[in-house]
Amino acid sequence: MDTQQILINLAAILAGAAPLIFATMGETITERSGVVNLSLDGKMLLAAMTGFAVGVHTQNVLLGFVAAAGVGMLVALVLCFVSLGLRLSQTAVGFVLALLCTDLSSFLGNPYVRIPGVAVPAQPIPVLQDLPILGQVLFQHNLLIYASFLLVPLVWWFLFRTRAGLTLRALGERPTTAYARGVPVLPLQLLYVLLGGALVGIAGAAYTLDLKQGWSYRHIAGTGWIALAIVIFGGWNPWRVAFGCYLFGALQLFATRSQSLIPNVPTQIFQVAPFALMILILVLVNAGSNPTLQRWIEQLPAPLSQPVQHVLARLNTAAPAALGQPFRRP
Amino acid sequence: MDVQIRNLTKTFGSLRANDAISLSFAAGNIHGILGENGAGKSTLMKLLAGFLQRDSGEVLLDGQPARLHTPAAALAAGVGMVHQDPMDIPAFSALENFFCASPRRALPSLAVARQRLIQLNQQLGFTVAPDQPLARLTVGQRQQLEIMRLLACGVKVLILDEPTTGITAAQKTALFAALRRLTAQGETVLFVSHKLDEVAELCQTVSILRNGRVVGPQLAMPQPQAELIKLMFGQEGAPAPPRPTTAPPTPASATPVWQLNQITVREGALTVSNLTLSLPRGCVVGLCGLDGSGQQVLLRLLAGRLRPERGQLLLHGVDVTRAPYRAFRAAGIEYLPADRMHDGVIGALTLTEHLLLTRKPHGLIINRADACTQAETAIAAYNIKATPDTPLASLSGGNQQRAMLALLSAECTGLLFDQPTRGLDVVSARAIWQRLLHRRTEGTAIVFASADFDELLDYSDLLLVFFGGQVSHLLPCATMTATRLAELIGGVGFAEVAARDG
Repeated sequence: MDTQQILINLAAILAGAAPLIFATMGETITERSGVVNLSLDGKMLLAAMTGFAVGVHTQNVLLGFVAAAGVGMLVALVLCFVSLGLRLSQTAVGFVLALLCTDLSSFLGNPYVRIPGVAVPAQPIPVLQDLPILGQVLFQHNLLIYASFLLVPLVWWFLFRTRAGLTLRALGERPTTAYARGVPVLPLQLLYVLLGGALVGIAGAAYTLDLKQGWSYRHIAGTGWIALAIVIFGGWNPWRVAFGCYLFGALQLFATRSQSLIPNVPTQIFQVAPFALMILILVLVNAGSNPTLQRWIEQLPAPLSQPVQHVLARLNTAAPAALGQPFRRP
Repeated sequence: MDVQIRNLTKTFGSLRANDAISLSFAAGNIHGILGENGAGKSTLMKLLAGFLQRDSGEVLLDGQPARLHTPAAALAAGVGMVHQDPMDIPAFSALENFFCASPRRALPSLAVARQRLIQLNQQLGFTVAPDQPLARLTVGQRQQLEIMRLLACGVKVLILDEPTTGITAAQKTALFAALRRLTAQGETVLFVSHKLDEVAELCQTVSILRNGRVVGPQLAMPQPQAELIKLMFGQEGAPAPPRPTTAPPTPASATPVWQLNQITVREGALTVSNLTLSLPRGCVVGLCGLDGSGQQVLLRLLAGRLRPERGQLLLHGVDVTRAPYRAFRAAGIEYLPADRMHDGVIGALTLTEHLLLTRKPHGLIINRADACTQAETAIAAYNIKATPDTPLASLSGGNQQRAMLALLSAECTGLLFDQPTRGLDVVSARAIWQRLLHRRTEGTAIVFASADFDELLDYSDLLLVFFGGQVSHLLPCATMTATRLAELIGGVGFAEVAARDG
């Protein structure tokens, strides 16, 4: 593989992971505020279909994205009503919504299967695109991809460097404390779940209007579920979560490329392999929190066990303490 | 800021936690609120802080009616509360906790917050470093942080709920000095406690609650202690401590409940090694030492929750060194951990349901009526303030502890108790001990860990002193004094009593 090929691959990985970035950042915000939104995959599908349909009818990409974000927020609103308002299980509601939205997208999206639609236009950035190496990898994409680059530091900055972000994290850690300090817990949780829903909606449309243009049944092929896993194993930290997204993008690209190199292996293996590999990597990264493994590492000779423990402790991050627990006013 | 409370009422189900309470607190003073556990002190304070919503009545601040329906409203009106279990966020640093959800005009930026925190630390003689993770702070420091946070938010009425539970003597001195300084600046401090001496030392007035009612409105201090006790506990006053009679003579031939032969046991960084010990029937053994010196390790070993690395453990003469926890339970060993809510009881379940869980099941179907009767019997026998259908989480500390005692099986032969009366008032504590001593006369061996010297000296037959994982031999309690015990715990002269390696 020559340098040119490597650069093309890198650019493809960065672009291909963009929808995952939107979805995982949305879910990170939602879960940091203490709410689990398991409907992610279904929501992405429904938003992807809606965005595509609106794009087809209006011939306007932007309106497609707005509609997708709207659908994401609508589904999030249902979750909020049932889980925050009526205090029913977030897990159960999320699952049911995921199934419902998946089937709705197939049913309502029937007229749009395999018809041409609109797409996000490529928009290389003048001057920067001519930079050696970086220009080709970073600056020859479209606005959606650039936005995904900016979203990660933005979410990190919001969560860890702003007053509102601190309050948001407090909601996920101990809502009763936030309440005792005068924070309006439920309205804020509603806000952040809706914001997360909008980002997940955009993620769905990013497939149908850009990276996998067009619409078909189960168009995103379970990517929403992997996004959920990446958020958890990424420790709810935007940088680590983003790293997980790009890693998954790389695995998928690698699988596609290998397919043509080794033609006598069934194609299904290459389609599934990235998912299995991703789970394996995520488990390894988070192995440090397993008590059995910790005991096992403790028994290693000291010069070996200490650095291993140190690395695992750095990798290990705790979930928001009140994740998934509905807040009840005392 | 003057605080006036008029006819404040709050009920939980059928329980009237606060019944038409009327009190008034003048600005610039420290006001004590006394009462035994479950008297309604915390509820009243939470109503003032907007944390709970009142059923009826009103509160006037400086003569103006105030709507304290949420903590936000209370804070805006200048009322702030430091809860008994500090309301902070363990995952954050001290500074983040200080800054979190503070009003923008008080602390416009994190940099300002840092300065303000350092400044308040100096001003009040507190010791909270801004960048410490909260998990590394002691309970006392977390409380200091909460006080500083509320002051930074501009609170004019500062409520402290049992602030001296779980803090060191030095922190208590610093706290009291800081509170006096604050009242000199015009703050109103409401100091909730069940400890008479602290209220006498600190407060200008004291109000006494009993069973949700005011029985002594803002009495000027000093008051004779006997009078206060009478008001707190009713006409009969507090009962005398049920001092144990001398230990019933155990025949030398009788097998001890626990027999430890050269046991080495490890938990985390703490190792207790080479321990040889026998704990007889009908005997109360007190475990003392600084927190985390090995008392809990021994308790968990005796309970079967922790396996020894070396050595042999006999229970009623049977080798149980490698036996599972349920073998210990079957042999009549009961373990009551210190953190009741965390691993003692299941908060959402009722007393009836707890009884159903602990008793041997008869068949597959629950006999609810029978269990309910049992619960009613337990409630009457242990004087628990609850109905059979009250979730345990909504009981007061003393009532939870009594409920846990009621759950112990009658055939219990060995009882392990970590901090049996922590956070309980005198009367609740004595009631608990009356029950325990009753069990002891029936032949149960009781082993308990405590940080309270009086409790250790009043109720133990034998004492074991722990010092950094080292253990003394069994010391007879009758010849022990508080001074000597304090020395031993600190390691002074510990070598003389240390158990010889076998």
